Amino acid sequence: MIRKSSGPIWERRRLLLEVHRVCAGYGDLQVLWEVSLHLQAGEIVAVIGANGAGKTTLLRTIAGLLRPTAGHIALAGTRLERLPPHRIVQGGVVRVPEGRKIFPRLTVLENLELGAYLPAAKRQRRQSLEWVFGLFPRLKERRRQLAGTLSGGEQQMLAIGRALMARPRLLMLDEPSLGLAPLLVQEIFAIIRDINRDGVTILLVEQHVFHALRLAHRGYVLENGRIVLEGKAEALLANEHVKTAYLGL
Amino acid sequence: MGTLLLQAILSGLLNGGVYALVSVGLTLIFGVLGIINFAHGALMMLGMYVSYWLFVLYGVDPYVSLIASALGLFGLGVLLERLLITPVLEAPEHNQLLLTLGVALVLENLALFLWSPDPRTLTVSYLDFAPMVGGVMLSPPRLIAFGVSVALTVLLYAFLHRTDVGKAIRAVSQEREGALAVGINIQRIYALAFGIGCACVGAAGTLVAPFYTIDPYVGGIFVITAFVVVVLGGMGSYFGALLAALLVGLAESVAAVFIPAAMKQIVIYVIFVLVLLLRPQGLFGPGRG
Ligand SMILES: Nc1ncnc2c1ncn2[C@@H]1O[C@H](COP(=O)(O)OP(=O)(O)OP(=O)(O)O)[C@@H](O)[C@H]1O
Ligand SMILES: [Mg+2]
Repeated sequence: MIRKSSGPIWERRRLLLEVHRVCAGYGDLQVLWEVSLHLQAGEIVAVIGANGAGKTTLLRTIAGLLRPTAGHIALAGTRLERLPPHRIVQGGVVRVPEGRKIFPRLTVLENLELGAYLPAAKRQRRQSLEWVFGLFPRLKERRRQLAGTLSGGEQQMLAIGRALMARPRLLMLDEPSLGLAPLLVQEIFAIIRDINRDGVTILLVEQHVFHALRLAHRGYVLENGRIVLEGKAEALLANEHVKTAYLGL
Repeated sequence: MGTLLLQAILSGLLNGGVYALVSVGLTLIFGVLGIINFAHGALMMLGMYVSYWLFVLYGVDPYVSLIASALGLFGLGVLLERLLITPVLEAPEHNQLLLTLGVALVLENLALFLWSPDPRTLTVSYLDFAPMVGGVMLSPPRLIAFGVSVALTVLLYAFLHRTDVGKAIRAVSQEREGALAVGINIQRIYALAFGIGCACVGAAGTLVAPFYTIDPYVGGIFVITAFVVVVLGGMGSYFGALLAALLVGLAESVAAVFIPAAMKQIVIYVIFVLVLLLRPQGLFGPGRG
Protein backbone atom coordinates (compact mmCIF):
# COMPACT_ATOMS: atom_id res chain seq x y z
CA MET A 1 0.00 0.00 0.00
CA ILE A 2 1.37 3.35 -1.02
CA ARG A 3 1.05 5.88 1.76
CA LYS A 4 0.16 9.39 0.74
CA SER A 5 2.04 12.36 2.02
CA SER A 6 -0.56 14.99 2.53
CA GLY A 7 1.56 17.59 4.33
CA PRO A 8 0.25 20.22 6.71
CA ILE A 9 -3.08 21.86 5.97
CA TRP A 10 -1.69 25.37 5.45
CA GLU A 11 0.60 24.04 2.75
CA ARG A 12 -2.16 22.22 0.97
CA ARG A 13 -4.15 25.40 0.78
CA ARG A 14 -1.50 27.23 -1.24
CA LEU A 15 -2.47 27.43 -4.88
CA LEU A 16 0.61 26.80 -7.00
CA LEU A 17 -0.57 26.28 -10.56
CA GLU A 18 -3.81 27.33 -12.09
CA VAL A 19 -4.85 26.40 -15.61
CA HIS A 20 -8.00 28.29 -16.48
CA ARG A 21 -10.20 27.38 -19.46
CA VAL A 22 -7.24 26.82 -21.73
CA CYS A 23 -7.71 26.04 -25.41
CA ALA A 24 -4.69 24.97 -27.45
CA GLY A 25 -3.68 22.88 -30.42
CA TYR A 26 -1.53 22.60 -33.51
CA GLY A 27 -2.46 25.05 -36.24
CA ASP A 28 -6.06 24.44 -37.20
CA LEU A 29 -6.30 21.34 -35.07
CA GLN A 30 -7.67 22.25 -31.67
CA VAL A 31 -6.69 19.64 -29.09
CA LEU A 32 -7.51 21.18 -25.69
CA TRP A 33 -11.00 22.53 -25.06
CA GLU A 34 -11.38 24.86 -22.09
CA VAL A 35 -9.22 22.77 -19.82
CA SER A 36 -9.15 23.94 -16.22
CA LEU A 37 -7.15 22.41 -13.42
CA HIS A 38 -5.15 23.50 -10.42
CA LEU A 39 -2.48 22.24 -8.07
CA GLN A 40 -1.94 23.17 -4.44
CA ALA A 41 1.65 23.37 -3.29
CA GLY A 42 2.76 19.95 -2.09
CA GLU A 43 0.20 17.94 -4.01
CA ILE A 44 0.53 15.08 -6.43
CA VAL A 45 -2.10 15.47 -9.12
CA ALA A 46 -2.64 12.90 -11.84
CA VAL A 47 -4.10 13.58 -15.27
CA ILE A 48 -5.29 10.38 -16.84
CA GLY A 49 -6.58 9.79 -20.32
CA ALA A 50 -6.37 7.49 -23.31
CA ASN A 51 -4.00 7.74 -26.27
CA GLY A 52 -4.43 11.04 -28.05
CA ALA A 53 -6.56 12.57 -25.32
CA GLY A 54 -4.25 15.59 -25.23
CA LYS A 55 -2.17 14.90 -22.12
CA THR A 56 1.15 15.71 -23.73
CA THR A 57 -0.37 18.73 -25.40
CA LEU A 58 -1.51 19.95 -22.00
CA LEU A 59 1.99 19.69 -20.51
CA ARG A 60 3.58 21.27 -23.58
CA THR A 61 1.16 24.15 -23.29
CA ILE A 62 1.95 24.71 -19.61
CA ALA A 63 5.67 24.52 -20.48
CA GLY A 64 5.29 27.28 -23.05
CA LEU A 65 5.94 25.22 -26.18
CA LEU A 66 2.41 25.86 -27.38
CA ARG A 67 0.58 29.12 -26.91
CA PRO A 68 -3.01 28.82 -25.70
CA THR A 69 -5.57 30.30 -28.07
CA ALA A 70 -7.76 31.10 -25.07
CA GLY A 71 -7.62 30.95 -21.29
CA HIS A 72 -4.72 31.55 -18.97
CA ILE A 73 -2.11 29.76 -16.89
CA ALA A 74 -0.69 31.13 -13.66
CA LEU A 75 2.06 29.98 -11.31
CA ALA A 76 1.51 31.33 -7.81
CA GLY A 77 -0.26 34.28 -9.35
CA THR A 78 2.25 34.97 -12.15
CA ARG A 79 0.91 34.54 -15.66
CA LEU A 80 2.87 32.01 -17.69
CA GLU A 81 1.08 31.66 -20.99
CA ARG A 82 3.04 34.30 -22.87
CA LEU A 83 6.49 33.44 -21.52
CA PRO A 84 9.05 31.54 -23.61
CA PRO A 85 9.87 27.99 -22.41
CA HIS A 86 13.16 28.88 -20.72
CA ARG A 87 11.47 31.54 -18.62
CA ILE A 88 8.92 29.03 -17.45
CA VAL A 89 11.68 26.64 -16.39
CA GLN A 90 13.28 29.57 -14.62
CA GLY A 91 10.02 30.10 -12.77
CA GLY A 92 10.27 26.56 -11.44
CA VAL A 93 7.97 24.60 -13.74
CA VAL A 94 10.03 21.75 -15.11
CA ARG A 95 8.88 18.97 -17.40
CA VAL A 96 10.09 15.43 -17.90
CA PRO A 97 9.08 15.00 -21.54
CA GLU A 98 7.33 11.97 -22.95
CA GLY A 99 9.99 9.61 -24.29
CA ARG A 100 12.64 11.03 -21.92
CA LYS A 101 14.48 13.18 -24.48
CA ILE A 102 17.81 12.88 -22.73
CA PHE A 103 20.98 13.90 -24.59
CA PRO A 104 22.28 10.57 -25.87
CA ARG A 105 25.85 11.56 -26.73
CA LEU A 106 26.50 13.43 -23.51
CA THR A 107 27.48 11.57 -20.36
CA VAL A 108 25.03 10.97 -17.53
CA LEU A 109 26.82 13.61 -15.49
CA GLU A 110 26.72 16.14 -18.34
CA ASN A 111 23.00 15.50 -18.78
CA LEU A 112 22.47 16.24 -15.11
CA GLU A 113 24.67 19.32 -15.19
CA LEU A 114 22.68 20.69 -18.11
CA GLY A 115 19.58 20.17 -16.03
CA ALA A 116 20.98 22.96 -13.87
CA TYR A 117 21.77 25.18 -16.85
CA LEU A 118 20.00 28.30 -15.63
CA PRO A 119 22.01 30.53 -13.25
CA ALA A 120 19.93 30.03 -10.10
CA ALA A 121 20.04 26.26 -10.46
CA LYS A 122 23.70 26.32 -11.43
CA ARG A 123 24.62 27.85 -8.09
CA GLN A 124 23.13 24.83 -6.35
CA ARG A 125 24.57 22.28 -8.72
CA ARG A 126 26.60 20.35 -6.19
CA GLN A 127 23.81 19.98 -3.63
CA SER A 128 21.32 19.11 -6.34
CA LEU A 129 23.63 16.46 -7.68
CA GLU A 130 23.89 14.90 -4.24
CA TRP A 131 20.12 14.91 -3.92
CA VAL A 132 19.66 13.25 -7.32
CA PHE A 133 22.36 10.66 -6.72
CA GLY A 134 20.71 9.92 -3.38
CA LEU A 135 17.42 9.23 -5.13
CA PHE A 136 19.03 7.33 -8.02
CA PRO A 137 22.22 5.60 -6.86
CA ARG A 138 22.43 3.84 -10.22
CA LEU A 139 22.96 7.16 -11.99
CA LYS A 140 25.95 7.80 -9.77
CA GLU A 141 27.49 4.48 -10.74
CA ARG A 142 26.97 5.27 -14.39
CA ARG A 143 27.79 8.97 -14.36
CA ARG A 144 30.70 8.69 -16.82
CA GLN A 145 28.69 6.63 -19.30
CA LEU A 146 27.06 8.11 -22.41
CA ALA A 147 23.38 8.57 -21.69
CA GLY A 148 22.42 6.80 -24.92
CA THR A 149 23.90 3.55 -23.59
CA LEU A 150 21.61 3.41 -20.53
CA SER A 151 18.69 1.00 -20.28
CA GLY A 152 15.17 2.33 -20.66
CA GLY A 153 14.58 2.47 -16.92
CA GLU A 154 17.86 4.22 -16.29
CA GLN A 155 17.11 6.72 -19.02
CA GLN A 156 13.82 7.52 -17.31
CA MET A 157 15.66 8.00 -14.03
CA LEU A 158 18.10 10.29 -15.79
CA ALA A 159 15.26 12.30 -17.32
CA ILE A 160 13.72 12.76 -13.88
CA GLY A 161 17.08 13.49 -12.30
CA ARG A 162 17.86 16.06 -14.96
CA ALA A 163 14.57 17.82 -14.25
CA LEU A 164 15.28 17.83 -10.50
CA MET A 165 18.61 19.54 -11.14
CA ALA A 166 16.61 22.59 -12.19
CA ARG A 167 15.19 22.75 -8.64
CA PRO A 168 11.55 22.66 -9.69
CA ARG A 169 8.66 23.91 -7.60
CA LEU A 170 6.39 21.99 -9.93
CA LEU A 171 7.59 18.83 -11.62
CA MET A 172 5.54 17.68 -14.61
CA LEU A 173 5.99 14.06 -15.57
CA ASP A 174 4.74 12.83 -18.95
CA GLU A 175 4.14 9.07 -18.78
CA PRO A 176 7.22 8.15 -16.75
CA SER A 177 6.19 4.49 -16.85
CA LEU A 178 6.08 4.29 -20.63
CA GLY A 179 7.76 1.14 -21.89
CA LEU A 180 9.02 0.01 -18.48
CA ALA A 181 8.71 -3.44 -16.93
CA PRO A 182 6.12 -3.62 -14.10
CA LEU A 183 8.74 -3.86 -11.38
CA LEU A 184 10.48 -0.75 -12.64
CA VAL A 185 7.19 1.09 -12.83
CA GLN A 186 6.75 0.40 -9.10
CA GLU A 187 10.24 1.67 -8.43
CA ILE A 188 9.76 4.87 -10.41
CA PHE A 189 6.44 5.56 -8.72
CA ALA A 190 7.97 5.06 -5.30
CA ILE A 191 10.68 7.56 -6.17
CA ILE A 192 8.11 10.07 -7.41
CA ARG A 193 6.52 9.82 -3.97
CA ASP A 194 9.91 10.44 -2.35
CA ILE A 195 10.46 13.48 -4.53
CA ASN A 196 7.08 14.81 -3.45
CA ARG A 197 8.04 14.27 0.18
CA ASP A 198 11.10 16.40 -0.45
CA GLY A 199 8.68 19.24 -1.14
CA VAL A 200 8.19 19.14 -4.91
CA THR A 201 4.65 19.51 -6.23
CA ILE A 202 3.92 16.98 -8.94
CA LEU A 203 1.71 16.92 -12.00
CA LEU A 204 1.70 13.39 -13.32
CA VAL A 205 0.32 12.35 -16.70
CA GLU A 206 -0.25 8.63 -16.98
CA GLN A 207 -1.94 5.80 -18.81
CA HIS A 208 -1.19 3.46 -15.90
CA VAL A 209 -4.37 4.71 -14.30
CA PHE A 210 -4.44 2.46 -11.28
CA HIS A 211 -0.88 3.20 -10.18
CA ALA A 212 -1.21 6.87 -10.87
CA LEU A 213 -4.38 7.26 -8.81
CA ARG A 214 -2.93 5.23 -5.95
CA LEU A 215 -0.03 7.63 -5.84
CA ALA A 216 -1.87 10.91 -6.40
CA HIS A 217 -3.92 13.01 -4.01
CA ARG A 218 -6.26 14.19 -6.70
CA GLY A 219 -6.89 13.45 -10.32
CA TYR A 220 -8.43 14.69 -13.54
CA VAL A 221 -9.75 12.60 -16.40
CA LEU A 222 -9.04 14.03 -19.83
CA GLU A 223 -11.09 12.78 -22.78
CA ASN A 224 -10.85 14.23 -26.28
CA GLY A 225 -9.16 17.31 -24.90
CA ARG A 226 -11.79 18.00 -22.24
CA ILE A 227 -11.74 17.42 -18.49
CA VAL A 228 -14.70 15.13 -17.93
CA LEU A 229 -14.11 14.14 -14.31
CA GLU A 230 -12.12 15.40 -11.39
CA GLY A 231 -11.83 14.63 -7.75
CA LYS A 232 -9.94 12.95 -4.96
CA ALA A 233 -7.89 10.02 -6.17
CA GLU A 234 -9.84 7.49 -4.04
CA ALA A 235 -13.10 8.82 -5.38
CA LEU A 236 -11.90 8.47 -8.96
CA LEU A 237 -10.70 4.93 -8.31
CA ALA A 238 -14.19 4.09 -7.11
CA ASN A 239 -15.93 5.93 -9.95
CA GLU A 240 -17.96 3.68 -12.30
CA HIS A 241 -16.83 5.43 -15.47
CA VAL A 242 -13.17 5.27 -14.47
CA LYS A 243 -13.56 1.62 -13.51
CA THR A 244 -15.06 0.56 -16.83
CA ALA A 245 -13.12 2.87 -19.16
CA TYR A 246 -9.67 2.85 -17.53
CA LEU A 247 -9.35 0.03 -15.05
CA GLY A 248 -11.04 -2.68 -17.11
CA LEU A 249 -13.23 -3.71 -14.20
CA MET B 1 58.22 11.96 -59.27
CA GLY B 2 59.05 11.28 -55.62
CA THR B 3 59.39 14.91 -54.61
CA LEU B 4 56.45 15.82 -56.79
CA LEU B 5 54.31 13.39 -54.84
CA LEU B 6 55.72 14.60 -51.54
CA GLN B 7 54.92 18.15 -52.55
CA ALA B 8 51.38 17.10 -53.45
CA ILE B 9 50.90 15.33 -50.14
CA LEU B 10 52.12 18.37 -48.24
CA SER B 11 49.95 20.88 -50.05
CA GLY B 12 47.03 18.47 -49.84
CA LEU B 13 47.33 18.29 -46.08
CA LEU B 14 47.78 22.03 -45.81
CA ASN B 15 44.63 22.64 -47.84
CA GLY B 16 42.88 20.02 -45.77
CA GLY B 17 43.43 22.04 -42.62
CA VAL B 18 41.59 24.99 -44.11
CA TYR B 19 38.84 22.73 -45.42
CA ALA B 20 38.45 21.47 -41.88
CA LEU B 21 37.77 24.95 -40.54
CA VAL B 22 35.27 25.67 -43.32
CA SER B 23 33.60 22.31 -42.81
CA VAL B 24 33.22 22.36 -39.05
CA GLY B 25 31.38 25.65 -39.43
CA LEU B 26 29.04 24.05 -41.92
CA THR B 27 28.68 20.96 -39.74
CA LEU B 28 27.89 23.01 -36.66
CA ILE B 29 25.16 24.93 -38.46
CA PHE B 30 23.72 21.76 -39.91
CA GLY B 31 23.90 19.89 -36.63
CA VAL B 32 22.21 22.57 -34.57
CA LEU B 33 19.75 24.22 -36.94
CA GLY B 34 19.24 21.34 -39.36
CA ILE B 35 19.79 23.60 -42.34
CA ILE B 36 22.36 23.43 -45.10
CA ASN B 37 23.96 26.81 -45.40
CA PHE B 38 24.49 27.48 -49.09
CA ALA B 39 25.68 30.97 -48.22
CA HIS B 40 28.79 29.53 -46.58
CA GLY B 41 31.00 30.17 -49.61
CA ALA B 42 29.78 33.73 -50.03
CA LEU B 43 30.52 34.37 -46.36
CA MET B 44 34.03 33.07 -46.87
CA MET B 45 34.41 35.48 -49.78
CA LEU B 46 33.35 38.29 -47.46
CA GLY B 47 36.02 37.23 -44.97
CA MET B 48 38.61 37.48 -47.74
CA TYR B 49 37.46 40.94 -48.78
CA VAL B 50 37.39 42.19 -45.19
CA SER B 51 41.06 41.41 -44.85
CA TYR B 52 41.86 42.58 -48.38
CA TRP B 53 40.33 46.01 -47.86
CA LEU B 54 41.68 46.46 -44.36
CA PHE B 55 45.09 45.71 -45.82
CA VAL B 56 44.79 47.90 -48.90
CA LEU B 57 43.10 50.87 -47.23
CA TYR B 58 44.68 50.84 -43.80
CA GLY B 59 47.64 48.55 -44.15
CA VAL B 60 46.29 46.14 -41.53
CA ASP B 61 48.18 42.87 -41.48
CA PRO B 62 45.81 40.00 -42.44
CA TYR B 63 46.81 38.04 -39.36
CA VAL B 64 45.55 40.96 -37.33
CA SER B 65 42.43 41.51 -39.40
CA LEU B 66 41.67 37.83 -38.82
CA ILE B 67 39.99 39.00 -35.64
CA ALA B 68 37.95 41.60 -37.50
CA SER B 69 36.78 39.16 -40.11
CA ALA B 70 35.90 36.45 -37.57
CA LEU B 71 34.03 38.90 -35.33
CA GLY B 72 32.44 40.69 -38.27
CA LEU B 73 31.16 37.46 -39.73
CA PHE B 74 30.00 36.30 -36.34
CA GLY B 75 27.90 39.44 -36.10
CA LEU B 76 26.61 39.10 -39.63
CA GLY B 77 25.79 35.46 -38.95
CA VAL B 78 23.81 36.28 -35.81
CA LEU B 79 21.93 38.96 -37.72
CA LEU B 80 21.18 36.66 -40.67
CA GLU B 81 19.98 33.94 -38.32
CA ARG B 82 17.70 36.26 -36.38
CA LEU B 83 16.23 38.04 -39.38
CA LEU B 84 16.12 35.38 -42.09
CA ILE B 85 16.79 31.87 -40.82
CA THR B 86 14.58 31.80 -37.72
CA PRO B 87 11.41 32.53 -39.72
CA VAL B 88 12.01 29.56 -42.04
CA LEU B 89 13.16 27.00 -39.45
CA GLU B 90 9.73 25.40 -39.33
CA ALA B 91 9.24 25.76 -43.08
CA PRO B 92 9.75 22.92 -45.58
CA GLU B 93 13.37 22.13 -46.40
CA HIS B 94 13.29 23.47 -49.94
CA ASN B 95 12.32 26.90 -48.59
CA GLN B 96 15.38 26.87 -46.36
CA LEU B 97 17.58 25.86 -49.28
CA LEU B 98 16.19 28.66 -51.42
CA LEU B 99 16.71 31.13 -48.62
CA THR B 100 20.39 30.37 -47.99
CA LEU B 101 20.95 30.17 -51.74
CA GLY B 102 19.29 33.57 -52.05
CA VAL B 103 21.57 35.01 -49.37
CA ALA B 104 24.57 33.69 -51.30
CA LEU B 105 23.36 35.31 -54.53
CA VAL B 106 22.71 38.63 -52.85
CA LEU B 107 26.12 38.68 -51.17
CA GLU B 108 27.94 37.70 -54.37
CA ASN B 109 26.14 40.29 -56.45
CA LEU B 110 26.68 42.91 -53.82
CA ALA B 111 30.41 42.14 -53.92
CA LEU B 112 30.30 42.26 -57.71
CA PHE B 113 28.59 45.63 -57.63
CA LEU B 114 30.76 47.17 -54.92
CA TRP B 115 34.13 45.71 -55.75
CA SER B 116 33.85 44.65 -59.43
CA PRO B 117 34.65 41.15 -60.70
CA ASP B 118 38.37 42.01 -60.97
CA PRO B 119 40.54 39.37 -59.33
CA ARG B 120 42.66 40.79 -56.55
CA THR B 121 45.65 39.55 -54.63
CA LEU B 122 46.90 40.32 -51.19
CA THR B 123 50.63 39.81 -50.75
CA VAL B 124 52.16 39.72 -47.31
CA SER B 125 55.62 41.00 -48.13
CA TYR B 126 57.40 39.60 -45.09
CA LEU B 127 56.14 36.12 -45.97
CA ASP B 128 57.04 36.36 -49.61
CA PHE B 129 59.71 33.70 -49.61
CA ALA B 130 59.59 29.98 -50.18
CA PRO B 131 62.21 27.84 -48.45
CA MET B 132 62.99 24.45 -49.95
CA VAL B 133 63.24 21.52 -47.59
CA GLY B 134 64.30 18.18 -49.06
CA GLY B 135 63.19 19.22 -52.52
CA VAL B 136 59.79 20.27 -51.24
CA MET B 137 58.79 23.90 -51.38
CA LEU B 138 57.27 25.34 -48.21
CA SER B 139 54.93 28.28 -48.46
CA PRO B 140 54.80 30.27 -45.21
CA PRO B 141 51.26 31.68 -45.68
CA ARG B 142 49.95 28.18 -46.40
CA LEU B 143 51.68 26.78 -43.34
CA ILE B 144 50.19 29.53 -41.22
CA ALA B 145 46.75 28.97 -42.73
CA PHE B 146 47.01 25.29 -41.87
CA GLY B 147 48.30 25.84 -38.36
CA VAL B 148 45.76 28.48 -37.42
CA SER B 149 42.89 26.58 -39.04
CA VAL B 150 43.68 23.41 -37.15
CA ALA B 151 44.18 25.38 -33.94
CA LEU B 152 40.80 27.09 -34.33
CA THR B 153 39.14 23.79 -35.15
CA VAL B 154 40.55 22.21 -32.00
CA LEU B 155 39.63 25.30 -29.98
CA LEU B 156 36.04 25.11 -31.18
CA TYR B 157 35.98 21.43 -30.29
CA ALA B 158 37.17 22.22 -26.80
CA PHE B 159 34.57 24.97 -26.49
CA LEU B 160 31.79 22.59 -27.50
CA HIS B 161 32.96 19.88 -25.13
CA ARG B 162 34.27 21.73 -22.10
CA THR B 163 32.01 24.72 -21.52
CA ASP B 164 28.40 24.87 -20.39
CA VAL B 165 27.38 26.93 -23.40
CA GLY B 166 29.19 24.52 -25.71
CA LYS B 167 27.40 21.59 -24.10
CA ALA B 168 24.12 23.43 -24.46
CA ILE B 169 24.83 23.80 -28.18
CA ARG B 170 25.45 20.08 -28.46
CA ALA B 171 22.37 19.35 -26.37
CA VAL B 172 20.23 21.36 -28.79
CA SER B 173 21.67 19.44 -31.73
CA GLN B 174 21.09 16.09 -30.04
CA GLU B 175 17.66 16.57 -28.53
CA ARG B 176 15.78 19.80 -29.10
CA GLU B 177 12.84 18.91 -26.90
CA GLY B 178 15.16 17.93 -24.06
CA ALA B 179 17.02 21.22 -24.41
CA LEU B 180 13.74 23.11 -24.13
CA ALA B 181 12.88 21.07 -21.05
CA VAL B 182 16.02 22.12 -19.19
CA GLY B 183 15.45 25.78 -19.95
CA ILE B 184 17.98 26.36 -22.70
CA ASN B 185 17.03 29.41 -24.75
CA ILE B 186 16.93 27.67 -28.12
CA GLN B 187 16.64 30.87 -30.16
CA ARG B 188 19.83 32.17 -28.64
CA ILE B 189 21.66 28.91 -29.27
CA TYR B 190 20.55 28.94 -32.91
CA ALA B 191 21.91 32.45 -33.39
CA LEU B 192 25.11 31.59 -31.55
CA ALA B 193 25.76 28.42 -33.56
CA PHE B 194 25.07 30.16 -36.84
CA GLY B 195 27.33 33.03 -35.82
CA ILE B 196 30.14 30.68 -34.84
CA GLY B 197 29.80 28.78 -38.11
CA CYS B 198 30.10 32.06 -40.01
CA ALA B 199 33.05 33.19 -37.88
CA CYS B 200 34.89 29.96 -38.78
CA VAL B 201 34.40 30.45 -42.48
CA GLY B 202 35.26 34.15 -42.20
CA ALA B 203 38.52 33.28 -40.47
CA ALA B 204 39.22 30.69 -43.15
CA GLY B 205 38.66 33.37 -45.78
CA THR B 206 41.24 35.63 -44.20
CA LEU B 207 43.72 32.79 -43.80
CA VAL B 208 43.66 31.86 -47.49
CA ALA B 209 43.54 35.47 -48.72
CA PRO B 210 47.36 35.82 -48.87
CA PHE B 211 47.69 33.01 -51.42
CA TYR B 212 44.33 32.99 -53.21
CA THR B 213 43.05 35.17 -55.98
CA ILE B 214 40.09 37.04 -54.50
CA ASP B 215 36.95 37.62 -56.53
CA PRO B 216 33.22 37.59 -55.72
CA TYR B 217 32.79 33.93 -56.66
CA VAL B 218 35.88 32.53 -54.95
CA GLY B 219 33.85 30.92 -52.14
CA GLY B 220 32.08 28.53 -54.48
CA ILE B 221 34.82 25.97 -54.83
CA PHE B 222 35.56 25.92 -51.14
CA VAL B 223 32.00 25.35 -50.24
CA ILE B 224 31.55 22.46 -52.68
CA THR B 225 34.61 20.89 -51.11
CA ALA B 226 33.18 21.54 -47.66
CA PHE B 227 29.92 19.82 -48.61
CA VAL B 228 31.89 16.77 -49.71
CA VAL B 229 33.81 16.85 -46.44
CA VAL B 230 30.68 17.15 -44.32
CA VAL B 231 28.96 14.26 -46.10
CA LEU B 232 32.11 12.16 -46.04
CA GLY B 233 32.57 12.90 -42.35
CA GLY B 234 29.05 11.74 -41.59
CA MET B 235 26.79 14.82 -41.46
CA GLY B 236 27.23 16.52 -38.15
CA SER B 237 30.19 14.55 -36.83
CA TYR B 238 32.94 16.87 -35.69
CA PHE B 239 35.95 14.60 -35.81
CA GLY B 240 34.54 12.99 -38.92
CA ALA B 241 34.65 16.37 -40.62
CA LEU B 242 38.20 17.03 -39.45
CA LEU B 243 39.53 13.71 -40.76
CA ALA B 244 37.49 13.90 -43.93
CA ALA B 245 38.83 17.39 -44.59
CA LEU B 246 42.43 16.17 -44.48
CA LEU B 247 41.52 13.18 -46.66
CA VAL B 248 39.77 15.28 -49.27
CA GLY B 249 42.64 17.76 -49.33
CA LEU B 250 45.07 14.90 -49.88
CA ALA B 251 42.99 13.12 -52.51
CA GLU B 252 42.46 16.29 -54.50
CA SER B 253 46.08 17.27 -54.44
CA VAL B 254 47.57 13.85 -55.09
CA ALA B 255 45.13 13.15 -57.92
CA ALA B 256 46.23 16.38 -59.54
CA VAL B 257 49.69 14.86 -59.97
CA PHE B 258 48.29 12.19 -62.21
CA ILE B 259 45.59 14.01 -64.16
CA PRO B 260 45.69 17.18 -66.24
CA ALA B 261 45.46 20.31 -64.11
CA ALA B 262 42.31 21.41 -65.89
CA MET B 263 40.51 18.34 -64.56
CA LYS B 264 41.54 18.89 -60.95
CA GLN B 265 38.11 20.13 -59.92
CA ILE B 266 36.51 16.96 -61.18
CA VAL B 267 38.19 14.95 -58.45
CA ILE B 268 35.98 16.58 -55.82
CA TYR B 269 32.81 15.74 -57.68
CA VAL B 270 33.93 12.17 -58.29
CA ILE B 271 34.63 11.71 -54.58
CA PHE B 272 31.25 13.25 -53.79
CA VAL B 273 29.34 10.90 -56.08
CA LEU B 274 31.29 7.88 -54.88
CA VAL B 275 30.57 8.72 -51.26
CA LEU B 276 26.89 9.21 -51.91
CA LEU B 277 26.72 5.90 -53.77
CA LEU B 278 28.87 3.76 -51.51
CA ARG B 279 28.69 5.30 -48.05
CA PRO B 280 25.89 7.84 -47.77
CA GLN B 281 26.19 7.69 -43.98
CA GLY B 282 29.78 8.95 -44.31
CA LEU B 283 33.11 7.30 -43.63
CA PHE B 284 32.85 7.57 -39.91
CA GLY B 285 29.26 6.57 -39.36
CA PRO B 286 26.38 8.81 -38.42
CA GLY B 287 26.41 11.47 -35.72
CA ARG B 288 29.32 11.16 -33.36
CA GLY B 289 29.04 14.85 -32.47
N1 LIG C 1 2.97 18.06 -33.28
C1 LIG C 1 1.67 17.79 -33.55
N2 LIG C 1 1.10 18.30 -34.67
C2 LIG C 1 -0.20 18.04 -34.94
N3 LIG C 1 -1.00 17.29 -34.18
C3 LIG C 1 -0.50 16.76 -33.07
C4 LIG C 1 0.87 16.98 -32.70
N4 LIG C 1 1.10 16.33 -31.53
C5 LIG C 1 -0.05 15.73 -31.19
N5 LIG C 1 -1.02 15.99 -32.10
C6 LIG C 1 -2.42 15.53 -32.04
O1 LIG C 1 -3.00 16.05 -30.87
C7 LIG C 1 -3.84 15.10 -30.26
C8 LIG C 1 -3.43 14.91 -28.81
O2 LIG C 1 -2.11 14.41 -28.77
P1 LIG C 1 -1.28 14.26 -27.43
O3 LIG C 1 0.09 13.83 -27.82
O4 LIG C 1 -1.43 15.46 -26.62
O5 LIG C 1 -2.06 13.07 -26.74
P2 LIG C 1 -1.65 12.21 -25.47
O6 LIG C 1 -2.83 12.19 -24.58
O7 LIG C 1 -0.38 12.68 -24.92
O8 LIG C 1 -1.48 10.78 -26.11
P3 LIG C 1 -0.44 9.60 -25.77
O9 LIG C 1 -1.03 8.85 -24.63
O10 LIG C 1 -0.41 8.80 -27.01
O11 LIG C 1 0.85 10.23 -25.45
C9 LIG C 1 -3.74 13.84 -31.09
O12 LIG C 1 -4.86 13.78 -31.93
C10 LIG C 1 -2.50 14.03 -31.90
O13 LIG C 1 -2.62 13.41 -33.15
MG1 LIG D 1 1.42 11.86 -24.65
